[in-house]
Amino acid sequence: MWERIRVMLRKEFIQALREPRMRLLLFLPPILQCIIFGYAVNLDVDHAHIAWMDMDRTPESRDLREQFESSGRFDVVAMPANEEGVQRVLDSSQAQAVVRVLPGFARDLARGRAAGVQVLVDGTNSNTASLIVSYGGQIIAAYSNGAMGRQQNRRVLTRSPGSAVNASAPQVTARSRVWFNPDLYSRNYFVPGVVANILMMVTLMLTSLAIVREKEIGTMEQLMVTPLRPIELMLGKTLPFAVVGLVDMALITAAALVVFHVPFRGSFLLMLLCALLFLMTSLGAGLLLSTISHTQQQAMMASFFFSTPAFMLSGFAFPIRNMPLVVQYFTYLNPLRYFTEIVRGIFLKGVGISVLWPQMACLVVYGVAMLTLSALRFHKTLD
Amino acid sequence: MSFRRLRAIFVKELHHITRDARSLALALAMPVMMLLLFGYALSLDVDRIPTLVYDQDQTEASRDLIKQFQASRFFDIRGFVDGYAPIERAIDRSTVLMAVVIPRRYSQNVGGAREAPVQILLDGSDSNTASIALGYAETVVQDYSLDLRTDMMNRRGGEHTPPPVDARLRVWYNSSLESKNYVVPGLIAVILMIIAALLTSLTIAREWEMGTMEQLLSTPLRPAEMVLGKMLAYFVVGLADAAIAVLVGVFVFQVPFRGSVPMLVVSTCVFLFGALFWGIFVSAAARTQQKAYQISIVTSFLPAFMLSGFVWSIENMPKVIQPITRAIPARYFVTILKGVFLKGAGFRLLWGELGFLALYAAIVFLLATRKLRQKLA
Repeated sequence: MWERIRVMLRKEFIQALREPRMRLLLFLPPILQCIIFGYAVNLDVDHAHIAWMDMDRTPESRDLREQFESSGRFDVVAMPANEEGVQRVLDSSQAQAVVRVLPGFARDLARGRAAGVQVLVDGTNSNTASLIVSYGGQIIAAYSNGAMGRQQNRRVLTRSPGSAVNASAPQVTARSRVWFNPDLYSRNYFVPGVVANILMMVTLMLTSLAIVREKEIGTMEQLMVTPLRPIELMLGKTLPFAVVGLVDMALITAAALVVFHVPFRGSFLLMLLCALLFLMTSLGAGLLLSTISHTQQQAMMASFFFSTPAFMLSGFAFPIRNMPLVVQYFTYLNPLRYFTEIVRGIFLKGVGISVLWPQMACLVVYGVAMLTLSALRFHKTLD
Repeated sequence: MSFRRLRAIFVKELHHITRDARSLALALAMPVMMLLLFGYALSLDVDRIPTLVYDQDQTEASRDLIKQFQASRFFDIRGFVDGYAPIERAIDRSTVLMAVVIPRRYSQNVGGAREAPVQILLDGSDSNTASIALGYAETVVQDYSLDLRTDMMNRRGGEHTPPPVDARLRVWYNSSLESKNYVVPGLIAVILMIIAALLTSLTIAREWEMGTMEQLLSTPLRPAEMVLGKMLAYFVVGLADAAIAVLVGVFVFQVPFRGSVPMLVVSTCVFLFGALFWGIFVSAAARTQQKAYQISIVTSFLPAFMLSGFVWSIENMPKVIQPITRAIPARYFVTILKGVFLKGAGFRLLWGELGFLALYAAIVFLLATRKLRQKLA
C-alpha cells in the first residue's frame, strides 16, 4: 500500500510542478496577497485631504487651522471661497471633508458665545468618514478646551487680579494604552489572516481541480483500472497540496516576520499543529467538491462559492462583532473563523492551548466530519 | 469580419453556457450571494464596543463618568471588575475589546480641579476597530471634561456660558454612515470581474483541453470573430448579473441611487467589454483551464477586490501603491459606480474614467485577437 501511495504522490507532484508557469502560480497568489494586505490595504486615516473655508479670517481661525494641520491627520488641499466651491471639492472627491469656520468665530469666542465651526464630511466611505468625524471632533474639542482655559483665566483675572491660581479647572484626560499592536498598524492584523486564507485557497481549490481534471480528461478511468484503492487515491491527491499549502504558509510567516515585522508572540509548533487540524477540513472539503462536480469549471465555481463566504465571514477583514446577531451565530459554522482566530491569537497575543482549545476542538470535529463524509462519497464515484 | 460567422460562434457559446445549467446557476447566484454578504453581514462600522470597567475610585464622580460611557451607543459595558487580571483574561479571549480604568484619586482630582487621568486599555489587534474605538473613547472623555469645566465656571462666575466652540459635524452623501451604501455600488465591479475570471477565462482554454480547438481551426472562423463571439455570449451573462446586483442593491438593500440610469448602463457595458476581453486574452494565453483560472484570479479578481477602492480606500494606501491602482480598470469603474449611486454625478464629472475604460477595452481586444492569432499560427 505504501508503495502505491508513494508512486501516486510522485505522479501528483510531477503533475503539479511540471511547468515553470504552474510552479509560479502555486506561489504567486500568497506573495501577492501578502503585499496587498501588508502594504496596500490600510483602513486608518492619515493625511486625509480636507478643504478649508475660512469665513472669519482672524488669528483665532488660523490657529484652529494650525491645529488641524499639525495633527498629521489632515492636509488642507483646497480653500474654497463659496458654496459652489465646497460642493465642487466634495463632488469631485478632491477633499474628503470641508471645515468651515463661520463668520464671527473670533468675536464669539472672545465674548464667550458659542463660536461656530462646521465640518462637512463626505460619507461615501463610511469607515473613513467616521474616523474623520472622530479625529476632527477631537481637535475641535481640544481647541475648545484650550480656549475655555484662556477665557476663564481672563475672567478670573479681571475680577480678582493676581489670583490666577484659582483659575484652574478640572480636566479629565484619557490615557490610552493599546495592547498587542500599539502602533495600530493594519498589517499586523491582516498579514496573519492571510496565512489562514491562503492555506484554505490553495488546498481547497487545487485539490478539487486536480481530481475533476482527471475526470474531465478521461484519465480517471485509467486510474480506476490500476490496483489503487480509493483511500490511496484520496491520500495521493490531497497530500501534495497539503505540502504546497504548508510551504505557502511557511513563506507567508517568514515574510510576515522579516518583511512586515509582524510580532510573533506564540509558539510555532502550536501553529503547525493547528494548521494540520485545519488541513483536514479544507482537504476534505476539496474532495467533497470534486465528487459533486463534473467539470473543472463547476469545481471552480463551487469552490469559489464555498471559499468566498468562508473568507468573508471569518473575521479576516470584517470584524464578526459588527455583523448582525443571526450572522454571528452562523459564523460558528465556519471552520476558517476558528483558524483565523487561532493564527491571530498566536501571532499577536501569544496565547496558547489554554485559551485556544475550544477553537482547536471545533477544527478537529470539523475535520473528522469532512473527511468521513468525503471518503464515503468518494468511494461511490470511483465505483 | 463576417456577421454570420460571428453569430454562429455566439450561438454556439450560448449553447455551451445554457447546457451547463449548474455553472450558469452558480454564475447567476453569485451576485446575490455577494450582495447578501456585503449588504447584510459585513460591516466596518464600529458600535457597541464590548467594554469592561474597573472603577478603583467608587465615588459619585467616577460613576458619573461611567454613565457617559453607558449613554454612548458606541460602548456596551459588559461588566465591572476589580483588578487588571480579569481584564487581561477577557482581552486574551477576545470577549471584550476595551477597558476603562478609573484610578483611585479620580474624584479628589476632579474636586480639586486638577488633571484627572483615566486609563483606556485597548486590544489593538484589529487596528481599524481599535482606532475608531479610541477616537470615541477620547471624545466621550473630552466632552465630559468640557462639561465639567463649563459647570464649574458657571458655578464660579454665576452666569451661564456655553462651551466655547460649537462643532457642527455634518455628513454628506451617506449621512447614516452605513458601510453598505459604500460597498454595494463598488461590489458590482467586483462581481463582474468574478464572472470574467470564472467563466470567460476558461472558454478558450477548455477548447484547447478538450481538443475542440482543432475543429474550430478547420472552420473559416477568424480570430477577431471568435474573440467577439465568445465575448458577446458572456456579455449576456454579465449584464444579467449586473442587473441582478443593481436591482437587489437598490430595492432590497435600499442603497440610494441618485445618478442617471443611462450613465450606469453605458459604463457597465464598457467595463464589461474590457473585463471579458481580458478573460479571453488570458484564456488564449494559458492552455489549461487550471492555469487560466489561476492567472485570471490573480490579474483580475484580486486587484479588483483589493486595489480598486471598493472597500479599502486608495487614499490610505502607501504612495508607492497608489500609482499602481491607476492601471486597474476596476478602480475607474468603482469611482463611476460610487459617483453615480451616491453623488448623482454624471458624464461631466466622470468622462475621464469612462474614457479610460473604453481605451482599455479596445487595447485588450486587440491583444486578445493577436494572442489568438499567434496561438493559431
